[in-house]
Amino acid sequence: MRIRFPVLALAASAAVVLAGCGQGPAAEGGAAAKNYPNKQIQYVIPFDPGGESDVTARLQQKALERELGQSVVVSNKPGGGGAVAWAELANQTRPDGYTIMGANLPHIVLQPRAQGDPGYRTEDIKWAYLFESTPGALIVAKDSPYKTIDDFVKAAEEKPGKLTVGGSAKFSANHMGMLALNDAAGIKTTYVPFSGTATVTPALLGGEVDAIMSYNTAALELEDEGVRVLGFATEERLSQFPDVPTFRESGYDVINGAWRGVAVPPDTPDAIVDKIAAAFRKVNKDPEVVKKMEDLGFEIVDMGPEEAAKFTQERAKVEGELLDRFGLAKQ
Amino acid sequence: MFASIGEALGQLASPTLLLLCLGGTVAGMAVGATPGLSATVGLALLLPVTFTLDPASGLVLMGAFYMGAIYGGSFTAILVNAPGTPSSIATTFDGFPMTRQGRSEQAIIGVTIASVVGGVVGVVGLATLGPLLAGVVLQFGPQEYFWLGIFGLTMIAGLAARSLVKGFIAGFLGLLISTIGIAPIGGEVRFTFGFQPLQGGVPLIVALIGFFTIPTIIDMLADPAARQASMMREAESRRQGPVLGRTLRDVFSRPVNLVRSSVIGTFVGILPGAGGNVANLIAYNEARRASRHPERFGKGEIDGVVAPEAANNAVVGGGLVPLLTLGIPGAPPDAVVYGVLLLHGLRPGADLFTEQGALTFTFILALALAALMMVPVGLLAGRGLQRAVVRTPTRYLAPTIMLLTVVGAYAVRNSALDVVIMVALGFAGYGLRRIGLPPPAIVLGVVLGPIIETGFAQGLLTATGQAHPWASFFTRPISVVIIVLIVLGILWPIVSGRRARARSADREEVTR
Repeated sequence: MRIRFPVLALAASAAVVLAGCGQGPAAEGGAAAKNYPNKQIQYVIPFDPGGESDVTARLQQKALERELGQSVVVSNKPGGGGAVAWAELANQTRPDGYTIMGANLPHIVLQPRAQGDPGYRTEDIKWAYLFESTPGALIVAKDSPYKTIDDFVKAAEEKPGKLTVGGSAKFSANHMGMLALNDAAGIKTTYVPFSGTATVTPALLGGEVDAIMSYNTAALELEDEGVRVLGFATEERLSQFPDVPTFRESGYDVINGAWRGVAVPPDTPDAIVDKIAAAFRKVNKDPEVVKKMEDLGFEIVDMGPEEAAKFTQERAKVEGELLDRFGLAKQ
Repeated sequence: MFASIGEALGQLASPTLLLLCLGGTVAGMAVGATPGLSATVGLALLLPVTFTLDPASGLVLMGAFYMGAIYGGSFTAILVNAPGTPSSIATTFDGFPMTRQGRSEQAIIGVTIASVVGGVVGVVGLATLGPLLAGVVLQFGPQEYFWLGIFGLTMIAGLAARSLVKGFIAGFLGLLISTIGIAPIGGEVRFTFGFQPLQGGVPLIVALIGFFTIPTIIDMLADPAARQASMMREAESRRQGPVLGRTLRDVFSRPVNLVRSSVIGTFVGILPGAGGNVANLIAYNEARRASRHPERFGKGEIDGVVAPEAANNAVVGGGLVPLLTLGIPGAPPDAVVYGVLLLHGLRPGADLFTEQGALTFTFILALALAALMMVPVGLLAGRGLQRAVVRTPTRYLAPTIMLLTVVGAYAVRNSALDVVIMVALGFAGYGLRRIGLPPPAIVLGVVLGPIIETGFAQGLLTATGQAHPWASFFTRPISVVIIVLIVLGILWPIVSGRRARARSADREEVTR
């Protein structure tokens, strides 16, 4: 057998060259910050196209371009529930503000604590802005015997561990929401992880699980199916669901959900971070963006770099204690 | 409903929408034909464009694009053994052998017919049975997905013609590859060997390009004479008269294959846990099983390209059933379509077919129209591409395919590591094929592994209230039906093998 190797060698070297791209630290000084931005900005989403993070980025894109005066390219780099891209952000991405990345809570808190070493630490994710949240919601099907959160808790008390609650993934906002409710109510339930809302919803409607711990967005989407929301894990009632009580009102102190924002590499100069934050703050006020976000059920949040970092610490404390209490922490 | 359809027809007759439909189909085909750029990625790129359009235009564009992308995936599968999307895996099994025999034009015509029929059947299923079929989704729980995955594994028997044991080794190798990364249920990190970028696992499309395309390039370079011969045969075949008419007659002489595959595609599309990547494999297997000449499969049987392509385009309509009725995306690209619906203020649910009927049916009819547009577009552009590829000398074609595979593997997650994984799997696949482990069986394992694993673990968890959670795998009605199918699937090769042997023994006696 005779193989002509140049082609293969070419391919191999191409792969190596590609692997070398996008690396090399070299933080530029203050001058760069003053001129920022003077070229195209990459807005990387660490999840698949079509998800909440992706859709948000794509509807922000035009407004962001207006604010920053440069073109913004949205691309996806999924893998490991976001961990692959965040590890790259923390260790390899050039800290010049031309690569910004979507980042989510509680993901960046849970992965380093519960999954072992994901290749980054929570502190490595430097927030530029937190712009939206989707609060946790406990939802049951139309024909469920549970009318209120108290019904649910009582049933769980009678049959410890027998009630099943579906949610999206393990060590996720949904999982932590259920743990928090278990903890606050002193009950035991069985959490069943699904790959996402697309598979957890049929499980609820088909009666495979007794309830799902999901987001307000799912509650909104499933309204037509006659589902009942037993409670929201928020401080105040949601304007879309004025009749649904919060867990706190019902006596269970649970604040839970996912928060989405945008982050930069750890060494990015503050002057650049502030410019990015200012742009996102304005985008979050753009009437068109706001309308679309509300249509999708996102709660708008406005937290600048410092506020977001402080909030992350708070969440890290809450989630960390929960993981410890249930013996799930690895570090 | 009929008033809505009439209104929708009127809307769709506007030149702008027709042009958008045509443009979407063509653009989708181009993206689909590029390995690594899947329908999902293409639709995401299109998302911001639809913001500027009115809802009807946006949905027509998306729908046509989606339909075209799934169809386009077949071209590279047939011509260079590189499935453009995971929905065209099985198309390579017979499509590429056809190319080697100088019958690529027939294959392209075959998939065009198949895609059109499949696309239309899926859409008809969506429009007529939509709300009715939605109930099926809810009957399908974790246990059923587990058994569906096992059912898919029985295909190994067909893929491993020479040695069943080697077929199973290959299949299990694929299952192992699928376990790399973060466990879908347990959440723990597996088989990364401390190398964090592997947390994301090996994406299906990267494995596909590696296992199928790299060995093809090696073959091409190792034996240039083989390609020369197939070029000659292609020219020879064209001299025998118009290929189009012959192929049409051939494919339509077995309409059952078209219909069966389309129905399989529609049904699998409805299931949110399985999409075109599973549908095309099952349709292929069933076509082989039902065929009067199962031994021809894998060696250039036209029914083997018709079945997967009819199924994957039927997935488009089927996948929209749970999306439009329940708000559940039936296949990954539907998640993006969902985003567009929501952004235009259309909330899936029963009233999408009534209150918003005109708009919904404009979308549905545009899908059907896009399917029909694939006839002229496919016969022109598809055959044009086919002729260009077939006539390109190997010294230009091989590096071009190599470049496409590198770009394709990179584009899946914008990851250079994926290129390295792709090349490594490619060489491994070449070596494994030489020792008799069929790469299609490995890929089958990669596709089905996650479905089987999640189904199994979720099934045990959701049945936690029962005395014996494992018993739930054997007591649910649909599960039992699938188990019966599995048993039949396992027994079938034994029975048909015995029959074939008996037949050949008869023949021997006669000649004697």
